[in-house]
Amino acid sequence: MSRGWSARAHQLQIVASTQAGRSALLIAPTGAGKTLAGFLPSLIDLSERCRANSPGGRLHTLYISPLKALAVDVHRNLEIPVAEMNLPVRIETRTGDTSAQKRQRQRRNPPDMLLTTPEQLALLLASPDAVHLFADLRRVVLDELHALSLSKRGDLLALGLARLRSIAPAHLATGLSATVREPDELRRFISGRGQLADLVTAPPGAPADLSILDTRESLPWAGHSARHALAEIYAAIGAAKMTLVFVNTRAQAEFVFQEIWRLNEDALPIALHHGSLDAGQRRKVEAAMSAGKLRAIVCTSTLDLGIDWGDVDLVVNVGAPKGASRLAQRIGRANHRIDESSRAILVPANRFEVLECVAAVDAARENAQDTPVARTGGLDVLAQHVLGSACAEPFAADALYDEVTSAAPYADLARETFNRTLDFVATGGYALKAYDRFAKIRRAADGLWRVANPRIAQSYRMNVGTIVESDVLKVRLIRARGAKAGTAYTGPLTRGGRVLGEIEEYFLETLSPGDTFLFGGEILSLQGIVENEALVRRANSAAPKIPSYAGGKFPLSTSLAERVRSILATPAHWKHLPEQVRDWLNEQLTRSTLPGRSNLLVETFPRGGKFFMVAYPFEGRLAHQTLGMLLTRRMERAGLKPLGFVANDYAIAVWSLADPGRADLAHLFSRDMLGDDLEEWLQDSALMKRTFRNCAIIAGLIERRSPGREKTGRQVTVSTDLIYDVLRRHQPDHILLEAAYADASSGLLDIARLSAMLDRIEGRIVHRALDRVSPMAVPVMLEIGREPIYGAARDEELKAAAEDLAREANP
Amino acid sequence: MNATQAAKEGGTERDPALVVAGVRLLVDPAGALYEPQARALIVADLHLEKGSSFARRGMMLPPYDTAATLARLTVVIARWRPRAVVALGDSFHDGQGPDRLAPDDADRLSALRRGREWIWIAGNHDPEIPAHVGGERLNEMRLGELILRHEPAPHGAHGEIAGHLHPVAVIGGRRRAYVTDGQRVVAPAFGAYAGGLNLHHPAIARLFSGRRVAHVLGKDSVHAVCASKCAAGA
Repeated sequence: MSRGWSARAHQLQIVASTQAGRSALLIAPTGAGKTLAGFLPSLIDLSERCRANSPGGRLHTLYISPLKALAVDVHRNLEIPVAEMNLPVRIETRTGDTSAQKRQRQRRNPPDMLLTTPEQLALLLASPDAVHLFADLRRVVLDELHALSLSKRGDLLALGLARLRSIAPAHLATGLSATVREPDELRRFISGRGQLADLVTAPPGAPADLSILDTRESLPWAGHSARHALAEIYAAIGAAKMTLVFVNTRAQAEFVFQEIWRLNEDALPIALHHGSLDAGQRRKVEAAMSAGKLRAIVCTSTLDLGIDWGDVDLVVNVGAPKGASRLAQRIGRANHRIDESSRAILVPANRFEVLECVAAVDAARENAQDTPVARTGGLDVLAQHVLGSACAEPFAADALYDEVTSAAPYADLARETFNRTLDFVATGGYALKAYDRFAKIRRAADGLWRVANPRIAQSYRMNVGTIVESDVLKVRLIRARGAKAGTAYTGPLTRGGRVLGEIEEYFLETLSPGDTFLFGGEILSLQGIVENEALVRRANSAAPKIPSYAGGKFPLSTSLAERVRSILATPAHWKHLPEQVRDWLNEQLTRSTLPGRSNLLVETFPRGGKFFMVAYPFEGRLAHQTLGMLLTRRMERAGLKPLGFVANDYAIAVWSLADPGRADLAHLFSRDMLGDDLEEWLQDSALMKRTFRNCAIIAGLIERRSPGREKTGRQVTVSTDLIYDVLRRHQPDHILLEAAYADASSGLLDIARLSAMLDRIEGRIVHRALDRVSPMAVPVMLEIGREPIYGAARDEELKAAAEDLAREANP
Repeated sequence: MNATQAAKEGGTERDPALVVAGVRLLVDPAGALYEPQARALIVADLHLEKGSSFARRGMMLPPYDTAATLARLTVVIARWRPRAVVALGDSFHDGQGPDRLAPDDADRLSALRRGREWIWIAGNHDPEIPAHVGGERLNEMRLGELILRHEPAPHGAHGEIAGHLHPVAVIGGRRRAYVTDGQRVVAPAFGAYAGGLNLHHPAIARLFSGRRVAHVLGKDSVHAVCASKCAAGA
């Protein structure tokens, strides 16, 4: 913000709403002075208080941000106008990094403005002095609300706001958000009780200067590496001052970084930034960036949000953008000023991604946004909140139910479900009443619920929050000490080497000692795993594995999928496509046909002694994987002898011993697959187990950290997979299974989207029986062998290893 | 016939053998060893009442683990009809576990004990199992050439069968496994909530001098696999 500023129209409108006693939502592009607008009513209020000489010492404004770094940054920016206005206002941040001493002092003697995160708010509200602390609260500012509202952190925040409305009924809230498709959801989130906050919309910024890299190279059929375009990306970096190169996954980040450095003959300072790197390393990169010492950073969504670290003048998005809103957010990282247009280049990594990029550019030009999936508040988060409420003060179930249902995500919560949640918090919610004597909260004679002992509250405070990290291991570099490559490290616990970062345990489960992999831009060889650390040393290898990370891949958004289908269905629009892509589509039209706007194209053809079926639903990888699981089960029963399947964001390919082209396709794709087949599959699904683990941790069934026990690297002391197995068999209607199922439907399994697709295509299947693979089927067919084959039973791998041993024993 | 031959001949892979110190043992895919000479069934680390043990500390794990573990044990005992059952220690997750047994579970345990010898080897979780649980208590025992104890001895463990370390093999998923070099065996945990430790972990790996073979428990069969084929994991 510039000195000597004058207020913009939307900033004044926010002030007007507040003065009229109404909460508001401000929708504004980056660089529009959004944050200042949020604080303006507070600054006015505080300056009046100052003129009236009324005493401070009470918390006036609470600011909530999704990132602690953003809270720190806003604090810095806020000090400037406060100093210029000469206001005696005390502003402080409170994050996980704030010292215990300072936190205590903040409770006793609060600042005028406190800048914090949803987790810290939950902690403050769960303390016995919450009423005292928040009683005089006047303003709440919710920053980057669009990034919070549709997640479990948003549920936690909504419940916290509901509590604040009870404690300080007079306070007003201002939500700040980037452009969203449905602002009413955010307006209800801000106001609660089904009320709509005022809506203030700032004019959009200068249109972005967007282009798709028109590569001179041959466009790959499949893959996400964009290897063909790296020289062109490198040239673009060289021509710009400071470039952010966004990729979609950490694996891609590692690959692109490695390959760009191979080309980096000018030794341009180019850095790497992703969520698995050591935090210290990331801070160094950020500091170098804001000091203007870097020319480019290869990064993942870790740099999507909020903070200005430097003078970025070019954004390169490698691979498909996956969603219009995400792309808009990334483009906004360049030229964080409202009146200058941001410059961005999209680099599709394969032919389908060209279509997706074209669709995304169209969406960006129309300023269109993705439709968010409507969210119902998680029962696991509710359970955490119920326990937190008891930690603050004894509560009556009726009053808490009333308060909870005033929060938008829980508006439709049934009383019966609330009661079951309460029962879960108290004794686990089991049909077998075994744990009454161990109850965490109890209802006393006065009808109020209280925590059973102080240890419960202590444990709540240690485990608050909804961000569940995967089990990760530290990656520590050790010296070789004469270890031979290919042998397991079983020696003494050599420590003392440098920690390079963290890696997800389940990737390591695919490695054997001696295997090499790419991490932090280096090739490492796994020496062994000791406690919570993967010990590695530097190695040389032509083909290191690239770590795969859970949740790193965003599925194609529904609205972009619609646009892609529409491009395909309208050959008149193809003139905007690169020639290679046009030829590809024309060839497809000759040899088969193209998927329509709302139908489902299914192709069948023989190949290599097997039969293939390729379908094009365009519903994203997650929904396709679920479809593949269910489809192969159904084919099994139909006697088609399916052998496996692969899926990408656009299509799915299944292969089998019998020809599915002769089967009843309408029956194969009928929506009743979401009944028993789904039930049966969920029993063993690793994705379902991972979802359950998250719910169990958030709900407090499993403590990540326990009082009196030092932090161990492994967060969970008992295997949630084993608990899942036992619970599913003995009490399948348990509330945590219900919560996990709800999560899986919209999350990793995307059942909701699959279900919508099955409805859409009913009676609209277009079947082409071909004599060989069609041009459009090539990309998904190339995934075979790259991606895990989901149809194959995992016991096969075990049997194969056993046969190896047998051959060795009986040559 | 050795384990791998058995594995090859589909029909008999149900109970492939494991040979330790010259003694042939049959491996049940549910996670038990059967010694045919003495007709003894050996199970390790039942961890009964682990759920309620956590509940005492505020983690309300589903209270069905004891029932689930005993149900599996019932199936195994029905299959082999052993003359003796040896539980290799950590049979209860903590010292008060026996007192928290639900009446049904206690009855089931008595029914399993009836008509056979039952030996509780002492473990670090349950050094003293109270007398009312029944059965015999030992710190370790000899079974012909074999020595059965809870915690693997650091040295000179020819013929030892021990538990304590809960080995798992990571191969197409995480699975419980017996680890042996022909001299000694480390048995996987049997309990429904008993987690596992990768067989490459130094705590397990350092016990063996010879080449390690993992007898990996599949869905309803056991597969002998060279330990080097198993992934690292944690």
